[in-house]
Amino acid sequence: MKHFMSIAAVAAMTVMAAQTAKAEPQAEVLHWWTSGGEAKSVAVLQQEFASRGGVWTDMPVAGGGGDAAMTALRARVLSGNAPTAVQLKGPSIQEWYEEGVLADISAVAEANGWEDVLPANIAGHMKCEGSWCAAPVNVHRIDWIWANADVLAKNGIAMPATWDEFNAAADKLAAAGITPLAHGGQAWQDATVFEAVALGIGGPEFFQKAFVELDMATLKSSTMVAVFDQMRKMRGYVDADFSGRDWNLATAMVMNGEAAFQIMGDWAKGEFLAAGKRPGIDFLCASTPGEGFLYNVDSFAMFAVDGADKQAGQALLAELIVGQNFQKTFNLNKGSIPARTDVALDDFDPCAHASAQDMAASNYGGSLLPSYAHGMALRGAQAGAITDVVTAHFNSDMSSADAVEMLANAVANSL
Amino acid sequence: MIHWLEKHMPKLVLTPSFAGVLVFVYGFIGWTAWVSFTKSKLLPKYDLVGTIQYDRLFASPRWETAFENMFIFGGLFIAIAMVLGLLLAILLDQKIRTEGFIRTIYLYPMALSLIVTGTAWKWILNPGLGLQATVQGWGFESFTFDWLVNPDKAIYAVTLAGVWQASGFVMALFLAGLRSVDQEIIKAAQVDGIPTWRIYTSIIMPSMAPIFMSAFIVLAHLAIKSFDLVIALTGGGPGYATDLPATYMYTMAFSRGNVGQAASSAMIMMVVVFAIVVPYLYSELRSKNHG
Repeated sequence: MKHFMSIAAVAAMTVMAAQTAKAEPQAEVLHWWTSGGEAKSVAVLQQEFASRGGVWTDMPVAGGGGDAAMTALRARVLSGNAPTAVQLKGPSIQEWYEEGVLADISAVAEANGWEDVLPANIAGHMKCEGSWCAAPVNVHRIDWIWANADVLAKNGIAMPATWDEFNAAADKLAAAGITPLAHGGQAWQDATVFEAVALGIGGPEFFQKAFVELDMATLKSSTMVAVFDQMRKMRGYVDADFSGRDWNLATAMVMNGEAAFQIMGDWAKGEFLAAGKRPGIDFLCASTPGEGFLYNVDSFAMFAVDGADKQAGQALLAELIVGQNFQKTFNLNKGSIPARTDVALDDFDPCAHASAQDMAASNYGGSLLPSYAHGMALRGAQAGAITDVVTAHFNSDMSSADAVEMLANAVANSL
Repeated sequence: MIHWLEKHMPKLVLTPSFAGVLVFVYGFIGWTAWVSFTKSKLLPKYDLVGTIQYDRLFASPRWETAFENMFIFGGLFIAIAMVLGLLLAILLDQKIRTEGFIRTIYLYPMALSLIVTGTAWKWILNPGLGLQATVQGWGFESFTFDWLVNPDKAIYAVTLAGVWQASGFVMALFLAGLRSVDQEIIKAAQVDGIPTWRIYTSIIMPSMAPIFMSAFIVLAHLAIKSFDLVIALTGGGPGYATDLPATYMYTMAFSRGNVGQAASSAMIMMVVVFAIVVPYLYSELRSKNHG
């Protein structure tokens, strides 16, 4: 009882202290990380924030892969009451900046030396006209190819290093009665395979010109025709029931040996690990054939807020997000790698190590590129226009030449 | 005072809902129309720029598919549901013993949410899980039924699920109509030795014209606004082969930050609805005035 009294007294004092302290950091955070591992990852940030004296108001909006959260955000911004920080990424950060509602957090970024620890391309997404306006959380790699180690060994196949090797391996697997490519027929998954193929066949420079700069000559080039030719081949390597399948079901097909390969971002690794599969032994990970690295960086955009307590909260939040501790814990939970390059990776799995090495190498070699399929390279309207063509081609018998023409028209029509 | 209240009570009671409808229906229709003539992207903007959104809409192959699908789906859905509903109603009207039981069975799909209908049919029509796999499992190896994954046929799979859902409801409407026909006339016709099919085509069905009209209007607006069925059944796929205007609008507004495109597609949908409803209202009002 005495013990209880002292706890109550401490609690009462804490409450009083909370009421008297004025510039206590406040942060309202809008995000859609509500599922298992993701929710755990956000909880880490919440705890850290609270331990530094901040008050965190959680605003999770689940559903529609962020669509629902964006609708909520639009309503909040239109009513002049924006949250402190919002889970946003890539060009949509710039879109919101153009609406004039983002804050400048350059002071935090400079004090913590973000410039030196973040790859230049990724830092570019976090800046709005030169000043910092967002904080990166992680780097997902998109151009991964996952494989069932047993199936490859039994059929005498090595991880393919070129698309020709991939095609040869796939033909061999198909002859052996195994689905070569596990794939789910949803537009974003079609687009994921497409961009991995485009990067592999066209190379980083082609990718940059086509899907970042939207250069018309590149979009209409013969290389693009070759990319669609390969996509037609890929269509032949998927099973008959692929339409509408979710990505994790496709991952399960690789896991249980029904299919050999899957091309998917590194969240697929989480599925393998959760099923007790070991990287390098049960399943293999490698970058898709060709050079380059396609990234998908989750980040928090900082919105302009009034009041010293909210601004203090924003600064603290930004500092913690890019801090070593959070970057490590969060990414261990989520399967991605830290955005900052100076985090010790001892606890990470071999696939994450490969990802981090490739990121550093491609950053140095200039082939670190934003994923178009995951909304890092282009704005919604343009990315959507490209995806429409990719998925229309993949799900019909359209010729590659027609697809290229349709692609150029769709992009021109969306600008 | 009381006299004044008595006199104005109906107006007082109606005013709030009238004002509500004025703002939330017609006000927002006007707002959407305005936005459809702007270059709104992420957030609505209000500088008019002409018909650029409509030009883009009609240059987009995806909208073309969605718009065509609306007519394919809508036409087949309305026609098949009405024919099937009428047929079921006539069969049920033959004074059979278990009518109540059968009627309930046919009416039950309407009690389901379209999301449930869509999900159930997604499994039934999946070639690897459902009907095709089952029949092949019975030994008919050559049997294929792959509408759901075939881009050219997928819209018919959506129609199939829609018809399954709605035809029981249409049957109930028609059954009520059949029962409301004056039995004396029918008996008189039977006494005159007129064959049953003639009684149906020449006496009963003409007197049910208003029911046909109601069924048509209900089905037509279900078809034009249908969204959840497509989302649950195909997600708009394969590719965007089963996109409908409503799913197109949703994608533009909520996934792609393209409010202008969404507004223009919404306006086109409204125009289509008006094209169907206005002649109906016109004929209704005219017949009332004359009657």
